[in-house]
Order: sequence, then structure tokens, then C-alpha cells
Amino acid sequence: MSGHLITVFVPRDSAALSVGADAVAAAIRAEAAKRDLPLRIVRNGSRGMLYLEPLVEVETPEGRVAYGPVTPADVPGLFDAGFLTGGDHALGHGLTEEIPYFKKQERLTFARCGIIDPLSVEDYRAHGGFRGLENALAMSQAEIVKVVTDSGLRGRGGAGFPTGIKWNTVMQAKADEKFVCCNADEGDSGTFADRMIIEGDPFCLIEGMTIAAIAVGATSGYVYMRSEYPHATAILRHAIKLAYDEGWLGDNIHGTDRTFHLDVRVGAGAYICGEETAMLESLEGKRGMVRAKPPLPALEGLFGKPTVVNNVLSLCSVPIILDKGGEYYRDFGVGRSRGTLPFQLAGNIKNGGIVEKAFGITLHELLYEYGGGTITGRPIRAVQVGGPLGAYLPPSQFDLPKDYEAFAAQEAMVGHGGIVVFDDSVDMAQQARFAMEFCVAESCGKCTPCRIGSTRGMETLDKIIAGKNVDANLELLADLCDVMVDGSLCAMGGMTPYPVRSAVKHFPEDFRKKAPAVRVTHIAAE
Amino acid sequence: MTIVEDNRHLRGALLPILHALQEEFGYIDEQAIPLLATELNLSRADVHGVVSFYHEFRREKPGRHIIKVCRAEACQSMGANALVDHIKKRLQVDFHGTTADGAFTLEPVFCLGNCALSPAVMIDENLHGRVSPDRFDELAAETRANPTAHNQIPRALSHKDSHKGHAQ
Ligand SMILES: Cc1cc2nc3c(=O)[nH]c(=O)nc-3n(C[C@H](O)[C@H](O)[C@H](O)COP(=O)(O)O)c2cc1C
Ligand code: SF4
Ligand code: FES
Ligand code: FES
Repeated sequence: MSGHLITVFVPRDSAALSVGADAVAAAIRAEAAKRDLPLRIVRNGSRGMLYLEPLVEVETPEGRVAYGPVTPADVPGLFDAGFLTGGDHALGHGLTEEIPYFKKQERLTFARCGIIDPLSVEDYRAHGGFRGLENALAMSQAEIVKVVTDSGLRGRGGAGFPTGIKWNTVMQAKADEKFVCCNADEGDSGTFADRMIIEGDPFCLIEGMTIAAIAVGATSGYVYMRSEYPHATAILRHAIKLAYDEGWLGDNIHGTDRTFHLDVRVGAGAYICGEETAMLESLEGKRGMVRAKPPLPALEGLFGKPTVVNNVLSLCSVPIILDKGGEYYRDFGVGRSRGTLPFQLAGNIKNGGIVEKAFGITLHELLYEYGGGTITGRPIRAVQVGGPLGAYLPPSQFDLPKDYEAFAAQEAMVGHGGIVVFDDSVDMAQQARFAMEFCVAESCGKCTPCRIGSTRGMETLDKIIAGKNVDANLELLADLCDVMVDGSLCAMGGMTPYPVRSAVKHFPEDFRKKAPAVRVTHIAAE
Repeated sequence: MTIVEDNRHLRGALLPILHALQEEFGYIDEQAIPLLATELNLSRADVHGVVSFYHEFRREKPGRHIIKVCRAEACQSMGANALVDHIKKRLQVDFHGTTADGAFTLEPVFCLGNCALSPAVMIDENLHGRVSPDRFDELAAETRANPTAHNQIPRALSHKDSHKGHAQ
């Protein structure tokens, strides 16, 4: 071993920690001390191959070599096998970047995640960080907005609204004060990309928000974090402090006359606060009640001022767009879905994690080529895409390309890119019931169809599940769904029917499990 | 109330203050509500409305540790419902309840952002993945045996120790 220290990477990502990464890092440190082998441990973000976590990497002249999933008990054996020089071991995967799951991805937004030390400005800069902001600082507001518009970037928070158009509205608005707010509420089950990039590359979000602020003329901003993410919140607060210390935030950003102050606020366990106007209410210190639109937040947002609200992934895609140009980004993707999306493979899936690919990839490729099927080894029966308000799709629809319009045509959602996998043991009537139960728990309470309709929906599903008057109750359920879709102010009430309807449509047999004979007695009893 | 003083300058200060109170005392005491109302120039109903709106804010003193178990879809696909039943039976509590020995308060959550390693459980601020019933029992035993064990990560939900240059 020549003079310089060997570097070992052990992620500090929450998912890695959840399966013991801290204990693995401690075991490596202890074993190295015992063997008198000096080494440096970097706590990086996750590479996104969560099925291999804790994934330990060692820097070698050929590149980083991966081992995983590692337990503390494996550590002495790894040393014996010479893992510090990339030695062979049963847990070895060779060069990290050659692992097919990783190699076949198109990492634009997640380009640095898992590679750098998330809390090193130096590392960030060495990997292209702040180049987009430097470019933006030399551009006019309109020029920045044009680059983002040209990139074709659409909001990654769910609705898919073109980011450049939103920014343009805020830029044009006249006001004494404007805001940029990042929606990091990430409430959808099956999604964790916001959390991962905040933990693995927090400066990317800070840079994206600063570019947004300069573009629209905002001087303050907030990141609205969900309270379920204490670890990501701590990392982001730390990163913001470092960015202030190094002149990337605050007054006179990097010697220019631009100013942007950034702060973190934490939600309190309300799914509806992911809806942008409820989030703004919450940021103002109020109950998270959805506001009627208009006025658009872009014109009357936080404290009544023009406000950009964007999802974490939208904002984290901005630095590379400003660095490499709108065309570079737009060249990925299909139709009106441009660029890449970090898909999240979740639930009963063998190789769960982040797969960042251009739009147009099919569910089939994601589920089988990347995901490797279920972890239980049973057939996939259903997937829910786009979070708790997204449809359940059967295998016959797995050839659908991931594209906003193609999915919308099926009442499905690309949404935030989450894909939750269920094997054939799933009971779809129970899943439909849960969709209603979730709406009961999380409705802000403003509209009757959402608040009361979901309660009725849950009761009706209970009767169906019990085999009571199934036909009539299915009809009632369909009517309830129509009322919710038509009469709700936001997508909470307006889209809860999607998982319900899709479950009834694609898996009708699950709603008629009780024999008709039982049904008759129940009707008699009612 | 130094917590109020520390946060009063923030715009929309009520949520940061409530987080700080809960971090300090474990819950939001009924008596805090009129005090906060006076301090922040709000009505009692306003403060009460906010506290009751958010699932995260607790109104009663919790156990020494908070166990949050994920009930959302990705975790359901990996047996979260059975895990919930197991936990309730093992701890002899229902959701929002505290064990007889005061060790644990059990709470449901919808997603902990660990959906590729389901089922997920959070104990205090430590996240756990692939939590089988047996693994849960181990984690609970470890937590009980180690009452002073603290999280490896800083408490992050309140505003304290935040950087200086916040947006007013
Ligand atoms: C019930 C509900 C929950 C939502 N949750 C989130 C969320 O957790 N994160 C998010 O970015 N957007 C969420 N949205 C979408 C936001 O309202 C908004 O469209 C988005 O933050 C805009 O940012 P984007 O254009 O960058 O996507 C939610 C919407 C609804 C109706
Ligand atoms: S649809 Fe539901 S969540 Fe949305 S505004 Fe109406 S009551 Fe609130
Ligand atoms: S939680 Fe607000 S209506 Fe039920
Ligand atoms: S659904 Fe349980 S952690 Fe996301």
C-alpha cells in the first residue's frame, strides 16, 4: 500500500442505516484498527441499489469495487479476502459501475448520489456541482427560464406541469417579495427518491432552488420536509449551513448582487400537506387545508406572494439543465415526457431501489429486468403506480410505456415514479378498502365527497368483502367514486377512486369471494 | 418560555414552536395552548385547530420510546398488516397506546420512505427495514435494555441549532 489512505464508502442513507450500515462502518473501523490498517471511511449516499444495502465500496485504481449486503459479521472475512484492494469475496459484485442494474441507468438527476460525500462542498464541486448556478448567475432571468422551458422538464411531484411555464408566471408577477418553496413532503407510499437525493446530494437541491430563485426574482425560500424524515432533515440543515459558510447562499451569492435565503420547515404527519396549497398553509403555521385555485400559488402563494412550488426532483434536475443546456436534457425521453425519471421499485420486489431512466421505458422492463420479479418468488399480480392515488395495474398492462399521457389514458399516474409490487397473495378488495381508509384518515375535510364519501366507500367495501348484497353495493361504490371524482377540490378526493375502480375493474373476482348462499342470508338479516 | 423566544422571529412560527415543545416534553400539554395563543397573538381555537390537525402532535405524555410502524401499501405487500398485529399483541397496546411499563408508545404512519426494504418501523428516530416479527422483538428488547441509548443522528425536527441565516 503506497502512501495514500485507502477510502472505504459506507452509506449514511436512511435505508442503508435501516439495515445496519452504522454497525458495518463501526465494524470496519474496529477491524482496521485491530489489523493496523489505516483507512478513511466516507459516509456517502446510497447508489440506489437498496437490495444490496449495506453496500460497501472500496476505492481501487480500477474504480470502486462493491460488496453487499454486508453485515458486521462479514467484516473480518472481507479483510481476510483483501477487500481493501478489491479482493474476491462471496459478497463481491466487482466494479460498482459495471453492475448491470446501475450501468444501464441514465443518471442525470442522481448523477452524484452515492458517489460523493454529501456534506463536502469540495466533493460536490469536483463532480460538476454549482456549474449550473455559475452559468445562471451570468444569465438574465428570462434566459434561465427559457433554458428550463426548452428542456421540457415537467413537475416530478405528480401533476407533471411544465416547470418553465410555472417559473415564467412567477418571474412576470410584480411583487415586493417572492418565494421558492420546495415540496419535500414525499407522502406517497413506494417513493423515496426525494429522501435519497436529499441525503445523498443535498447541495443539488440547494443549487436547484437558488437557480429557481434567481430566475424568478425570489429572495427567500423554504424546503418543506416531512417529519417522517428526521435524518434527511438533519443532513439538509447541515448542508444549508455549509452553503452559507461558503457563500453559495445568503446575500451576495458568490460575489454577485444576488441574494437567496433558504430555510427548512418540517411538516407534522399530514399527507394532504403534500398538496401544494395545503403545504403553503402549513408553512404559514396553519392547518393544512387545501386552498381553492385560482389564485394560483405562482401569483398568490406563500404569505400571499408569488411563489414557485416545485418537487425535490424537479428542482434537483435544474442544475444539470443549466450546466449542460436544455437540449441535452430534452434529448432523453419520448413524446411530451422529456428527460429522465428516477423510478422507485418498492414493495414485494427482489431488487428494490432507484432506477433512473428516460421516459418511455415499460413497466415490464422495470419490474423484471431491473426488479427481478418478486422477493417472495411468487408471480406479480398487481402493481400500484404513482402512489396511493394511483391505479392498480394487472400484468396485461405491463407493456405500457412510462409516459405521462400514456398513463393518464389508463387512469394511472406516472406521479412521483413509485411502483409498488404485490404478489398473488394480495387481496385487491382489501387494497381498495385501504384506499378509502387512507382518504378518511388524510382528507383535509373541506369537501363533503372526500370527507364523507370516503367513509361511505369504506363501509360499502366492508359489506362487499363480507359478501352482503354485492351487486348493489358495487353499484353504490361506483356511484360514490363518480361523486368523489366530480365533487372534490383536489386530487385526494378526486383520485382516491382510481385505485378503487382499477381494483374492481382488473380484479373483479376478489370482490366476490364470499359464496352467493352466504350473501342471501346477509340480505335477509339486513 | 424560551422555546417561544427562540422561534418567535420565524414567519409561520407556530409549527416550529410546536415541534420544539414536543421534542422537549414529548407532547403538547393542554396548558401550552392558551400560552401560545397569547404569545403569538392567535386565538385559542387557532392554536387548538393546528395541534389537532396534524397526526404528529401528541396530546398525552408518551412512553420513553416512540415506535412508528408503517401501514402503507409497499409495506402491506410485505406483510405489514401481520407485523402490526404481532406488535400490538406483543406490546399489549393498540395504536396511540403506551405499554404498561411506560417503555413504548405505538403509532401508525403512512410510509417512512423505506419502501424497497419493507416492512419498515421507526423507533425514536432510527429507521429499520425488513422488519419481521422476530426482528421486531429483537429491536424492542434492545431498546428496552438500553434505556439511555440515543439516536446516532441529531434531533432535527425543531428549529434549534439551525443555521444563522434563515429566511427571516
Ligand atoms: C393529495 C396530494 C398530495 C401531494 N403530495 C405531494 C408530495 O408529497 N410531493 C410533491 O412534490 N407533490 C405532491 N403533490 C403535488 C403538489 O400539489 C404540486 O403539484 C407539486 O408540488 C408541484 O411541484 P412540481 O411541479 O415540481 O411537481 C400532491 C398533490 C396532492 C393532491
Ligand atoms: S378533495 Fe379532500 S383533501 Fe382535497 S380539498 Fe377536498 S376535502 Fe380536502
Ligand atoms: S381527518 Fe379531517 S376529515 Fe377526517
Ligand atoms: S410504504 Fe412503508 S416505508 Fe414506504
